[in-house]
Amino acid sequence: MKHKMLGVVNLIHETDKLERLTQGRCLATVPFGARYRLIDFILSSMVNSGISNVAVFAHTKYRSLMDHLGTGKPWDLQHRQGGLFVLPPAADDIQEFSRGDLYHFYQHRDYFYRSAQEYVVVARSHMVCNIDFEKVLQFHVQREADITVVCKRQDDLLSGRARKVGLDGDGRITAIQDHYGRMESDVSSMEMYIMRKELLMELVETSLAQGQDHLVRHAILSRLDKLNVYGYLYEGYLGVVNTLTSYYRNNMKLLNPQVWKELFFQPGPIFTKVKDEPPARYLEGSKAVNSIIANGCQIEGTVVGSILFRGVHVRKGAVVSNSIIMQNGIIGMNSIVQHSILDKDVRVEGNRDIRGAESTPFLAGKRKII
Amino acid sequence: MGQKEMIAMLLAGGEGKRLGVLTKDLAKPAVYFGGKYRIIDFTLSNCAHSGIDTVGVLTQYQPLELNRYLGIGSPWGLDRRDGGMTILPPYVKQKGGVWYKGTANAIYQNMSFIERYNPEYVLIISGDHIYKMDYELMLQHHKHTGADVTIAGIEVDWKEASRFGVMHIDDEDRITAFEEKPKNPTSNIASMGVYIFTWSELQKYLIYDEASRNSSHDFGKDLIPAMMRDGKGLYSYPFKGYWKDVGTIDSLWEANMDLLSDESPLDLSDSSWRIYSVSPNQPAQRVGADAKITSSLVTEGCMLEGEVNRSVLFYGVDAAKDSLIAESVVMPNVRIGEGARIYRAIIGEGAVIEPGVTIGGPEDEAITVIAVDQYVTVDHLLREVEHS
Repeated sequence: MKHKMLGVVNLIHETDKLERLTQGRCLATVPFGARYRLIDFILSSMVNSGISNVAVFAHTKYRSLMDHLGTGKPWDLQHRQGGLFVLPPAADDIQEFSRGDLYHFYQHRDYFYRSAQEYVVVARSHMVCNIDFEKVLQFHVQREADITVVCKRQDDLLSGRARKVGLDGDGRITAIQDHYGRMESDVSSMEMYIMRKELLMELVETSLAQGQDHLVRHAILSRLDKLNVYGYLYEGYLGVVNTLTSYYRNNMKLLNPQVWKELFFQPGPIFTKVKDEPPARYLEGSKAVNSIIANGCQIEGTVVGSILFRGVHVRKGAVVSNSIIMQNGIIGMNSIVQHSILDKDVRVEGNRDIRGAESTPFLAGKRKII
Repeated sequence: MGQKEMIAMLLAGGEGKRLGVLTKDLAKPAVYFGGKYRIIDFTLSNCAHSGIDTVGVLTQYQPLELNRYLGIGSPWGLDRRDGGMTILPPYVKQKGGVWYKGTANAIYQNMSFIERYNPEYVLIISGDHIYKMDYELMLQHHKHTGADVTIAGIEVDWKEASRFGVMHIDDEDRITAFEEKPKNPTSNIASMGVYIFTWSELQKYLIYDEASRNSSHDFGKDLIPAMMRDGKGLYSYPFKGYWKDVGTIDSLWEANMDLLSDESPLDLSDSSWRIYSVSPNQPAQRVGADAKITSSLVTEGCMLEGEVNRSVLFYGVDAAKDSLIAESVVMPNVRIGEGARIYRAIIGEGAVIEPGVTIGGPEDEAITVIAVDQYVTVDHLLREVEHS
């Protein structure tokens, strides 16, 4: 099954309720898990599944995306055959820019035609998981499915927004709702679709001809009775990260050692852009418990139940608890930071007291000085 | 191919005998240092920050792991279209191949590599030392003095001086005498093993040295003294800063401990002089609910539940509850069981320390070393393990 699949990371109209965290960046590049960006999880999953040809359909605010992805080298996607293709919108005017994903697939149809792979995996960036697509493809072929949708049975999505899916006893999908639907089902779509490339191209052309341009809402939903659409149930850890609350709660989930081991190592490692930070440095009198701490951090104070990204400094007497501190954050002497999310380069000066609540964490935007 | 002003030749064939089990299957430059690096990262990063884009790495002893690590030089920005990193092992020639007989002979055997770039200057360095140095400044000094060879020199403890090649210099930094490892040193300015040669001079002396019967083909012992005898321009470049030869277990341990002081003489977090290395691709470290970590360096991928004090932990170290790691260096992917206690030790990559085992002691004079992939159990006293 080597090199049978093509990967598409579809960032067009991705559901995004991350407030200020996505003010200057797209959802795909929101920092997550102390050293990653959301898109790292799907890219690594694809690469670990033997997919070596991946297109990222960029849409808005993609400077951070281009910067992060570079030539694709950290994911081993820089090579002669295939590799990484970042495809920004090819639209003539502003109206076309906001059209649905099928329109953008059509605009870049040459990419699909030029690739030799038989199957295509279309996925989003906000489903934090570690998945083997080889297994999904095996399932797809075995069931003789036209489309296989990766799903997850999970009662509580920690306030993440996902489409509910109805499955019959056979695993066939009978209904898919939109993100705010009220269907009673504990099965959610992970927004990952496997199908033959030919079928995708056919869906693109027939839908556009009928004036429809959304892959799921139009092309798939209207064909649930005509095509064999199956749900593949993924068993590993899933974090649906598209609201601020789910962002916070899924980060906190990583403090569970089982989740940490599963998400970052099984079935394969998660790759990200390399930063060459030195090891984290714990100074005399530091105290760090139940936390995840990246390289380049300097800890003199106390860190409890928190996620520290690369290069964070916690000065003497400072206490950080239940918080997410992104890259290069500085927590000044004797300051208290609790239930907070501090975006990159935030500086908390000395003797400050910042407290959010568990349900509504305090959020400080990039480069803010408090 | 355009002419290069200066290229570097990095001697990485060192066997590192005095590092014992740590270099059993590993060339010395590939030995781990500082929580996420290997010794050779420091010299390669120096090259990167000094604007040197062509580096020949001469390998000989146990090159497999080193070659794999270096790859095509990308982490150090040395995957270049014109130049970049080239690994230079000894090879078979028409008259039959030979091992590198000495440092000078190693360069002699690769003269055609150097000629290909036709440089004005050649920098000779080794992959055995920990230091941060801008070779560009040294080159300026070399040009300014009009030297034939410039040798970087550092002031060392008088007690230590007999371990090095020592130099006497005059007010203009000109070397007036050079002694290799003297019994009774009369100077404490040690050669750092960093040389800049004017290529045309080096070329002459390499050929001359190769032809001399009594030569051991070593820079310090033969080639430099020969240039001295001929009255060539030998100058010293005074280096001030941290420099450590980590050729012994004690010095390797000490150099790691040097990183832990609040005012570390070797700043690893200087963003203008990053030490580049191959990324092990590990998630951020996890410190557990009962972890207690002070005065230590800890790298990505570690899972810590116990106590860590004054230690350097490489990636993927898994230390269970109630374990203690004190004044130790723990290399990658070591597993430490519940209640195990480790004092003043270097634990090799992939070793497993069973629950309840005690290694070393807080008052121990000697540093205990556990070899790569060793499995240490309570019944298996350490001494037996080391000798098996």
